[in-house]
Amino acid sequence: MKPFAVDRVNAICAALFIGFGACFALQSLGLEIGTAFRMGPGYFPLVLAIVLILLGAIILVQAVRFDSSEPIGHIAWRGMLFILPAPIFFGLTVRGLGFIPSIFLTALIASFASSRMKPLTALALSAGLTLFAFLVFSYALGLPFRRFGPWLPL
Amino acid sequence: MELLGNLALGFSTATSLANLGFCLIGVLLGTLIGVLPGIGATATIAMLLPITFQIGDPVSSLIMLAGIYYGAQYGGSTTAILINMPGESSSAVTAIDGYQMAKNGRAGAALAIAAIGSFFAGTVSTFLVAIFAPPLTAIALKFGAAEYFSLMIVGLVSSVALAHGSIVKALAMVVLGLLLGIVGTDIYTGTPRFTLGIREYADGLNFVAVAVGVFGVAEILRNLENEDERSVLIRKVTGLMPTREDFRRMAAPIVRGTIIGSALGILPGGGAILAAFASYTVEKRISKNPGEFGKGAIEGVAGPESANNAGAQTSFIPMLTLGIPANPVMALMIGAMIIQGIVPGPNVATEQPALFWGIIASMWIGNLMLIILNLPLIGLWVKLLTIPYYVLFPIIMAFCSIGVYSVNSNVYDLYAVAFFGLLGYLLTKLRCEPAPLLLGFVLGPLLEENLRRAMILSRGDPVTFVTRPISASLLLIALAVLVIVFLPAVKKKREEVFVEES
Repeated sequence: MKPFAVDRVNAICAALFIGFGACFALQSLGLEIGTAFRMGPGYFPLVLAIVLILLGAIILVQAVRFDSSEPIGHIAWRGMLFILPAPIFFGLTVRGLGFIPSIFLTALIASFASSRMKPLTALALSAGLTLFAFLVFSYALGLPFRRFGPWLPL
Repeated sequence: MELLGNLALGFSTATSLANLGFCLIGVLLGTLIGVLPGIGATATIAMLLPITFQIGDPVSSLIMLAGIYYGAQYGGSTTAILINMPGESSSAVTAIDGYQMAKNGRAGAALAIAAIGSFFAGTVSTFLVAIFAPPLTAIALKFGAAEYFSLMIVGLVSSVALAHGSIVKALAMVVLGLLLGIVGTDIYTGTPRFTLGIREYADGLNFVAVAVGVFGVAEILRNLENEDERSVLIRKVTGLMPTREDFRRMAAPIVRGTIIGSALGILPGGGAILAAFASYTVEKRISKNPGEFGKGAIEGVAGPESANNAGAQTSFIPMLTLGIPANPVMALMIGAMIIQGIVPGPNVATEQPALFWGIIASMWIGNLMLIILNLPLIGLWVKLLTIPYYVLFPIIMAFCSIGVYSVNSNVYDLYAVAFFGLLGYLLTKLRCEPAPLLLGFVLGPLLEENLRRAMILSRGDPVTFVTRPISASLLLIALAVLVIVFLPAVKKKREEVFVEES
């Protein structure tokens, strides 16, 4: 074990917890704290946030003391780039474009998260999926989604 | 006899032609979606919940929902066993030995054992619920705010003890989950908290979105890391029938699992998840050859699967009698009941006996349908699993988006899915277990409410938690669990156990 080595995984982890704790603590302070007898909306979250910061600090101390040197490993950058925007895109467009075009494009975006997916397969898959979703959710179950939205000149 | 009368009422409700049909559809749909990798029972139910709202009758609707639950659980066990991809933490335990059995070419036997264990546990716990529901309601009625608070602490501490890796990290995950859980309007003052000024989050973060993000999306991302190394286990499932030796070995674990599951399932706070872990630990401890565990031990599949199912069934007791969700699925059930105009609480059993007992009876019927239908259909489910992963996850993402959106028609829930997907993935990379976070998230608001109520009742004196006997003993249990996991000897042993599992 090298002296002053820092375990990167635990250091990042500690920073994350302390960061979350600090965010919640700061916002709790803006709320009414109250007393232990009559707790205000800020009391319980403030206590929790402080506990979270303390736990983060313990992890930080451990990170400096022990370096397990375990690598973080691969990070699915491409996956994150295409998977995470998919639900956001669906949320942004489901009302404007309507259910059918929105779900088609959502599936298409998500398809490109894999390097194995070929463009034609992705198109075919998204089209089939859209048809299925239309038949099941919109037609058979009658969920109250607009099939085509006001953004389209239909 | 009252018990027989109640059960007769339940079965006459559940066996009407329409309700049998809804139960069947529920079981089939639940298995169909649940068998898709990375989608656990919670996500499955979330996606199928809108379907049940299309049925006018609340009893039929809830019976179908219960069917979906059972189907989804069995589907989850199937993916856990065949491709080591548990959708839910309760079937994560099944994956440990189930997947190893599949690797040894015994996938069929593992699936059959899971089904038989679940069915046995379902049968026994149906009768247990029928026998013990009235007296348990009486005990539960003695619980005040302080007892509820302490009970939830026990649940949270246990989830820490059962998480992989660092205990401090798991504790931090619980606390973070609690904090995320209390996002939304403060119940006493109506003040919006931590909503970032977004009105759509005033009712709190949608836990379906959180669950889908932390478990579903994060899992997809993790699988996209090493695409080249990943191969879907394509294998024809043969030898479905367990051998005589298998039956001999699984009998005792199933009985023990059923007992553990029934007992833990009653606790509000992750009963079924806890039960599966507890049963696995027990089986491993009393086994003559513990070295087999993690390498395809039949006991490691039979025990946890039975415990899981028994716990799932008895977890209906706190939900129906107290209106407290023991797990995310029960929270969904409560949501479904409220939408159908039924207020969950002690009045359900007396005012709506047909509903109360009908659901219980239908769970047994659902289990029966599972074992009759799914064992022959297993070939079909396996075919679903052979679909390449890169084709599956766009489908999963699209259905998750539709499912989450259909719960509240709130687009901000979809943004939450993306955020929690990222957070869940990040935390997994930092070797933090997501299960304690989700349990904290579900219990956060309840914990705060009961803490504040208890403190008001005691006029601000925290001693109330240790002077009330039930509360004090619960806190002692929580403390004992915490002390035990921090003991150096146990800590070392615990790490060994989880190294094998991961």
